[in-house]
Amino acid sequence: MYRYDEFDERFVRERVAQFRGQVERRLDGSLSEDEFKPLRLKNGLYLQLHAYMLRIAVPYGTLNSAQLRMLAHIAETYDKGYGHFTTRQNLQFNWPKLKDVPTILELLADVEMHCIQTSGNCIRNVTSDQFAGVAKDEVEDPRPTAELIRQWSSLHPEFVWLPRKFKIAVTGAEHDRAAIMVHDIGLKLKRNDQGAVGYEVIVGGGLGRTPMIGKVVREFLPKDELLAYLEAVMRVYNSEGRRDNKFKARVKILVHETGEEEFRARVEEEYARLDGPTINAPEEEVERIAAYFAAPTYETLPEASQVLEQARAIDPEFDRFVEQNSFEHKQPGYIALTIALKEIGAVPGDMSGDQMRAFADIAETYSFDEFRVTHSQNLVLPHVKKDDLPAVHAALKAAGLASANAGLITDIIACPGLDYCALATAKSIPIAQAIAKTFADQERQKAIGELPIKISGCINACGHHHVGAIGILGLEKGGRENYQITVGGDATEHAALGERLGPGIDAEDVPAAIEAIVETYLAEKQGSESFMETVRRTGAEPFKTGFTAFIESRAVESEAAQS
Amino acid sequence: MTLITEAGAVEDRFTRADTIDAALAVDGPVLIPLAIADEFAKARAGTEFGVFLPGSTPIDDVKPQLGNVALVAIEFPAFADGRGFSLAKKIVREGFSGTLRASGPLIADEFADALACGFTEVELPETMANRQPVQQWMAAKDTMTEHYQTGYGRGPSILQKRLAARKGA
Repeated sequence: MYRYDEFDERFVRERVAQFRGQVERRLDGSLSEDEFKPLRLKNGLYLQLHAYMLRIAVPYGTLNSAQLRMLAHIAETYDKGYGHFTTRQNLQFNWPKLKDVPTILELLADVEMHCIQTSGNCIRNVTSDQFAGVAKDEVEDPRPTAELIRQWSSLHPEFVWLPRKFKIAVTGAEHDRAAIMVHDIGLKLKRNDQGAVGYEVIVGGGLGRTPMIGKVVREFLPKDELLAYLEAVMRVYNSEGRRDNKFKARVKILVHETGEEEFRARVEEEYARLDGPTINAPEEEVERIAAYFAAPTYETLPEASQVLEQARAIDPEFDRFVEQNSFEHKQPGYIALTIALKEIGAVPGDMSGDQMRAFADIAETYSFDEFRVTHSQNLVLPHVKKDDLPAVHAALKAAGLASANAGLITDIIACPGLDYCALATAKSIPIAQAIAKTFADQERQKAIGELPIKISGCINACGHHHVGAIGILGLEKGGRENYQITVGGDATEHAALGERLGPGIDAEDVPAAIEAIVETYLAEKQGSESFMETVRRTGAEPFKTGFTAFIESRAVESEAAQS
Repeated sequence: MTLITEAGAVEDRFTRADTIDAALAVDGPVLIPLAIADEFAKARAGTEFGVFLPGSTPIDDVKPQLGNVALVAIEFPAFADGRGFSLAKKIVREGFSGTLRASGPLIADEFADALACGFTEVELPETMANRQPVQQWMAAKDTMTEHYQTGYGRGPSILQKRLAARKGA
């Protein structure tokens, strides 16, 4: 993985000192609260319902054991003993004190981490495929691109006061695990007919209150032209994006209101005017960064592992874990392993300091000292020898991290919701917990198969409910929390927004409503179709019918109870 | 109003005039709205003057005047409105080498960004200058000594320094 050189190190240290100075100037009145707010946000510091929240950047979701041990130390010393992994592959601490924040930033800098631009109207942490460098269907590893963008976007003099936040995602694989169609900019590494590597550039996707699928503005951008082209897109957006209404300020609205053709023309016009070669990264620099992401020194192993097969044969629990949580590795004899932070009844994405330390040891011993954070609030050990899997499973189990439900109905994404967030209109964590308990039976989960549920506690859609196979949106209606349910959302290369099934329902009805949707799926399913495949074939209609019947049965029950 | 350059606070040589009549009545350099620049240049050929314009102005509206004016003042309606940074960049790209002024309630924390985008000075309302005196501006511009972006600021970017170090090695 990438390591800081003297320049990166100095940059992050100076940024910490700069923030310390900004806190002091707020306290002495030089900065008003309105002026300080965007400065603290650009350093990841939010004021939430009950306390400050500090969001730490995990660039493209890659971490090592020393970094995780430091996060454990911070969690135990300056917070309540745990951290929370987010849908942006970041980590949040929910209870730090303002006075401790500069010290926390220093500690992060000690392990080459920072909070730069994890919030605010600027280019946010760049996200990527959690199986980068592992997946067989990869044209090129997306992480060198993501790291180049991290550096280029850090305190960019021209683009730190954008109309609104700006999120970039990069994938190098055919199957899109980075949700590039629903980002402000999505980049897909591809080869053209001549075999040269470049990018498909997608602009104007996004979730939030106006979800939109992004538009392809460049079919093929030569790889060495990346930064100049990004500068052109950002300059058009910075100059022309709406600033009169915060809810219409994202680039997706500019693309939508300008029209795809006209927007593309404006970007190309700006691109023609700027002097690309003076902006782009030198080839040597691109190579320097890429060298950090070279494959680790794998052992030469056969594809199949006898140790693994024997262990699976005698231990059904282990067998289920391997079947559900492993991902095929391009190197024979290895797999990538998903660690679902989704124990039944736990808070999705939460990890205690003890678990962090245990997991750091596992990553160090069994995965070349590296792991990934996924946008579904899980972790990945990217390079595990199949022979080591029984030992890895035992160590994970001892740490309470061996949940065998990756991708299943209980592997739920949920935003922090009304338990923490100042924007939330409804709870989301307790809804996730209630659904997980309803479907706790492992055989039942297995029979239902892959079914990602995504829950947001308000219209801002941090839980990505629009692209959940089942999406749940918590709103407030007449003083009560009310949940709208959609099906058919998809964040992959088949990107689609979910369709609403009917009126909103009460919190206590959500688990039964999900059961009704699952019943419809099992009745409609043909052959080995997954939930999403069925919805794509049938459309939302049968699910609407089933949902309507569920609502009517609830109304009858409630009348009976009242009479 | 307080005018701050990289070297510290300076006197404003320009007198602001909002109408053509007011502008023609001024002795010495005058700062006028972009819309009356043509008219003023005709009436006072050879006189040193500058134009002010909002950050939302398209570059093609400013471009015809860049050869005539000594000063372009880009107005920032609020410190968090970054349109002026992109306009400054476009103006510099056209070869403008006169004074480029950021005018409005900017904060010291964005002084380095303003300079890196090509601004040469910042004109602050008095209330802002009182809260954030010139010393804070001088300190703020130097808090970050390095930048990653090639084509911004005066010194080489980190990417260029790395390249130079490799070539020197």
